[in-house]
Amino acid sequence: MSRNFLNPKISLNPDVFSLRVKYEETREGFGRGLLQAGRDDKRVVALTADLASSTKTDYFAEEFPERFFEMGVAEQNMAGVSSGLAAMNKVPFIASFAVFSPGRNWEQIRTTICLNNQNVKIIGFHAGVATGPDGATHQALEDLALMRVLPNIIVISPADSLEAEKATLAAARIKKPVYLRFFREKSPIITTPETRFIIGKANLLWQGEEPQVSIISTGITVFQALLAAKKLWVEEKISVQVFNFHTIKPLDTQVLDLAARTGAVVVTEDHQKAGGLGGAIAEYYTQKKPTLMEFVGLNDEFGQTGQAVQLLEHYGLDSNGIITAVKRALKRKN
Amino acid sequence: MKILYPEKIKFLEKKANEIRQLIIESLSISGSGHTAGSLGMADIFTYLYFHGLNHNPEKPDWPERDRLILSNGHICPVLYATLALAGYFPVAEMRKLRKFKSGLQGHPERGALPGIETTSGPLGSGLSQAIGMALADKLDNGPTSERFFYCLLSDGELNEGNSWEAIMLAGREGFHNLIAIVDRNNIQIDGYTEDVMPLEPLADKWRAFNWQVIEINGHNFEEIHEAIGLAKSVFGRPTVIIAHTIPGKGVLDFERRFDWHGKAPDKKESKKALKELRSFGGNLDEE
Repeated sequence: MSRNFLNPKISLNPDVFSLRVKYEETREGFGRGLLQAGRDDKRVVALTADLASSTKTDYFAEEFPERFFEMGVAEQNMAGVSSGLAAMNKVPFIASFAVFSPGRNWEQIRTTICLNNQNVKIIGFHAGVATGPDGATHQALEDLALMRVLPNIIVISPADSLEAEKATLAAARIKKPVYLRFFREKSPIITTPETRFIIGKANLLWQGEEPQVSIISTGITVFQALLAAKKLWVEEKISVQVFNFHTIKPLDTQVLDLAARTGAVVVTEDHQKAGGLGGAIAEYYTQKKPTLMEFVGLNDEFGQTGQAVQLLEHYGLDSNGIITAVKRALKRKN
Repeated sequence: MKILYPEKIKFLEKKANEIRQLIIESLSISGSGHTAGSLGMADIFTYLYFHGLNHNPEKPDWPERDRLILSNGHICPVLYATLALAGYFPVAEMRKLRKFKSGLQGHPERGALPGIETTSGPLGSGLSQAIGMALADKLDNGPTSERFFYCLLSDGELNEGNSWEAIMLAGREGFHNLIAIVDRNNIQIDGYTEDVMPLEPLADKWRAFNWQVIEINGHNFEEIHEAIGLAKSVFGRPTVIIAHTIPGKGVLDFERRFDWHGKAPDKKESKKALKELRSFGGNLDEE
């Protein structure tokens, strides 16, 4: 085993590359975080559109039945109701699958939550092709684009269940509209309870020596990027650095400036290439710091049925796909 | 509930006339905006802000106030004119309707003006918000809260699926303190409601969703007063008041014509309209 380049300053899980690493769904972290937020602040209320157990709002509902509102299969209404709750000083979390919320109820979110500037937390589950067997209808690949174009809102996409829990607690504390994006598949826990989570501050996870490429990742692809970084070093002595951008908006532009120093940036996300994290970063770089970029994401196409691992591989979102993108970036750079 | 004496009715009639004049004046200055619905709802707005609502124009954020959610935000000229005359902001501000950097935005925006409870315009989501407020109130003050939540809707916006999602939820919750008022003026942008997308039997539809339904003449203060009283006296069910109104009410040239839904009177039209309104005895200058 060669040297490990995990950033020692942020207490990452030392087992992240081992077979012992614990897997958990991000929604479990959300369920715990919401329950804790409810205990910390009695203004916190939860709403769901007939998906209490799929969104793990049932943990909260069990302890705080009077603060839990079942909306039935009606996401547009759920958005408006949450705006009204927030107008009366509640802190509503609205939970559904991302294709329905913020997919179906986007205009209600735009007008009654964002333009109205109400303190509502929109929680979108089943993001990306990693949703797996449910197929294209249920794999949200556009939600980051839909949310990040709205003024006033914060957009967060955690990489593991611990980060999901911290993001949920942070969202409850900040008095602004927030979108939280969760994926369905169990994933390795990369962080520890000690790893810092600050909204708008990206974390450097892997710090290769004299890195030639920066990999900027979010959500389920963060772990794949770490695998890619390790393989590239062990097998080919290609050195990279990997950042976890759990916050898509506001973008951590300080870290983007730092990442640009490698002269090549690869952005990875389980989302359309258009409009997501890659798009956001490209908007910044083209205006402030023109930088060579490669995108890992869906190429203007819908997903399909399959196991998450098959789909990640098929669409080039796994470590091999990321390695290919890194090599493309290197070729263009040199 | 405050008694509605005959003298108060006279006062309200005069106030409604002032509001209509202010609507016409400001729309003719702005050059665009929604005339028919604004004039049609002037009597109901007058009743609510000058008799029915528990509110305080000097303290627009007073937490104990009743809430009025205007779902069909496009009739905001009537909301603005009523708020101004009720003392929320100076009447002179009405000249800035739809002007650059004005608090009187083309559709209402929360925070832009005192007294605006929510941002609205896109149809079908106002009732959802009123329900959210009523839910929060029930959590804080229990099922006998004396705070009331009013939601004003257009008939056209009942085409929206979101409206019926909200109607279904309110029926389930059985709020005693939620009062929806539908402006049943039978017009929408593309024509008469029954031609565009028939709503009848409208009262039966609401009843089927477990609402108490009251139908009134939306220009008769006694009927408005009685309906609000009835709404407040029934427990365990929300109430909808289907208010039959005449679009463009008060100005003969504008009445009952759907082409006046979305346009403002020009100078000539406005002069004629104001003359007509003033001759009804509501002249501001006579005070």
